[in-house]
Amino acid sequence: MSLLEVNALGISFGGLKAVDQFHISIEKKELYGLIGPNGAGKTTVFNLLTGVYQPNTGEILLNGENIVGSSCIEINKKGIARTFQNIRLFDKLTVLDNVKAGFFQENSYSFIEGIFRLPRYFQKEKEMSDRALDLLSVFHLEEHALDLAGNLPYGKQRKLEIARALATNPSLLLLDEPAAGMNPNETEELMDTIRLVRDRFDMTILLIEHDMKLVSGICDRLTVLNFGQVLTEGKTQEVLHDEKVIKAYLGE
Amino acid sequence: MKNVQKNKIKDIFLNYGVILILYFVVQLFLKSGSVSSLMKGLLVPLCIYSILAISLNLVVGISGELSLGHAGFMCVGAFFSASCSMLLKGSSLPPMLIFFIALCIGAISAGFFGFLIGIPVLRLKGDYLAIVTLAFGEIIKNIINALYFGVDKNGWHFSLKDGTAVALGEGGKWIIKGAQGITGTPKYSNFTVGIILLLLSMLFIQHFIHSRTGRAVMAIRDNRIAAESIALPASKLKLLCFTISAAIAGIAGVLYAHNLSSLQALPKNFGYNQSIMILVFVVLGGIGNMRGSILAAVVLTLLPELLRSLNDYRMLIYAVVLIVMMLFTSAPGFIAFRENILHRLFRKEVNA
Repeated sequence: MSLLEVNALGISFGGLKAVDQFHISIEKKELYGLIGPNGAGKTTVFNLLTGVYQPNTGEILLNGENIVGSSCIEINKKGIARTFQNIRLFDKLTVLDNVKAGFFQENSYSFIEGIFRLPRYFQKEKEMSDRALDLLSVFHLEEHALDLAGNLPYGKQRKLEIARALATNPSLLLLDEPAAGMNPNETEELMDTIRLVRDRFDMTILLIEHDMKLVSGICDRLTVLNFGQVLTEGKTQEVLHDEKVIKAYLGE
Repeated sequence: MKNVQKNKIKDIFLNYGVILILYFVVQLFLKSGSVSSLMKGLLVPLCIYSILAISLNLVVGISGELSLGHAGFMCVGAFFSASCSMLLKGSSLPPMLIFFIALCIGAISAGFFGFLIGIPVLRLKGDYLAIVTLAFGEIIKNIINALYFGVDKNGWHFSLKDGTAVALGEGGKWIIKGAQGITGTPKYSNFTVGIILLLLSMLFIQHFIHSRTGRAVMAIRDNRIAAESIALPASKLKLLCFTISAAIAGIAGVLYAHNLSSLQALPKNFGYNQSIMILVFVVLGGIGNMRGSILAAVVLTLLPELLRSLNDYRMLIYAVVLIVMMLFTSAPGFIAFRENILHRLFRKEVNA
């Protein structure tokens, strides 16, 4: 059984069919790419998968369970975490606290224990800090742990977003244009990081990207979206050499 | 990590130590009899305003919402607790226990009203909380002005029309008598009680901020969409934070009610201007900065009284001080200047 199975997904805004008859099937530990020209509906698909929008038609099966109708929060608890196209960090919290905020749903200690600082508070806070630092060290961010997230350089903010998403212990990670605004060196580094995340956390990753070097470098399979519909799907190299895809990107 | 420990100790000292030291200094002055009666009368209000300032800062600075009705929550706390201690006044309970019960009632009632208001409003995004709390502050004041509440052998009597609608039996007494409010409240508040409550409120708020719940509230403040994407229940946590803040404002109200023998819901003490005044403390002290709010509350409460001798120029100087404080805490150029000076001072210390 595939980890994520989406069938006939569709949503319209007014008369516009932003996404129509979308389907995708992602296996465990796969690095899957979702590409398409601007305005094709890629981010809308992400918003549908994470519960920001509710679809008009179709079903989303995560490990065989239909998650259509669940809220953002429920979907995150079921195991989908995401990053955003325009970075959304908790700017005025430290890098460490950004990651620790991701541990909230674990309910490690109660409100009362936090207010009265019972022993469990200290024990669990220490444990959370250690785990957060472990996670940060994967992204080489541990020396910034006590800096404010808003003061990090751009590339590191992207990484922190991924670290925060991983803190919620997801089974599927959605990355929305992780390489946007990065120079070639940073993109290169990011590719290594994404591979590392998959191998270290046994993560399944679905990413939206415009950078073809990154897509052809790390994605196992691709789906191409055009005008809200699936244009084609398959192995990365085959898809990238497909005439339909080239036409969609470059025009006739 | 050693630095972190050091910073923590410094923080604890600045949060609580300074208040304690000031308390003992003031006590010393009081003992030596060198404090004027005017200043003595200001000691409890200083605690009240400091508590109000940190409670509002919890809403404005930590949860990022705006409340323009904090005086309303103070009003609720004041009237509920004063009614409670009026009812218990004749009983054989020790005064401190009565005050403690009144304190709990005041905090719970104000918190409850905060909760009620928060349920619908905090589900929305935007400035709705400011609008609704502004209305709440005015409404609660007017309701209390119209409320008659008496007690006799047959039990409690309420009326919203006028005093004659309630025929009190023999031995009955008025608790709240409309616009005349509550008279004869026992005076349980003093400077020591005020400082204790201030310290406890501060402790509560600081522990809240540095717990996982507080962290989540601040995360929601910084970015609600991202917070929901990592499963933080935004509305619930904001509601919790707002309820706590209202309850603490209620505690300030309890202190206020038991500081004077008569309690009336006037625009002067529970009106819109009062709510704005509390907001001024928060903004000038630095949004999200608890110590700053206390400092601003103390300075801005003392200043008009200290300048009393200047008569007509009083409010002029007050306004200038407001502007200077605002520049000092918020203008980027000023902040750089301030940090530069601090940096130099610090350098010198190291060299010497």
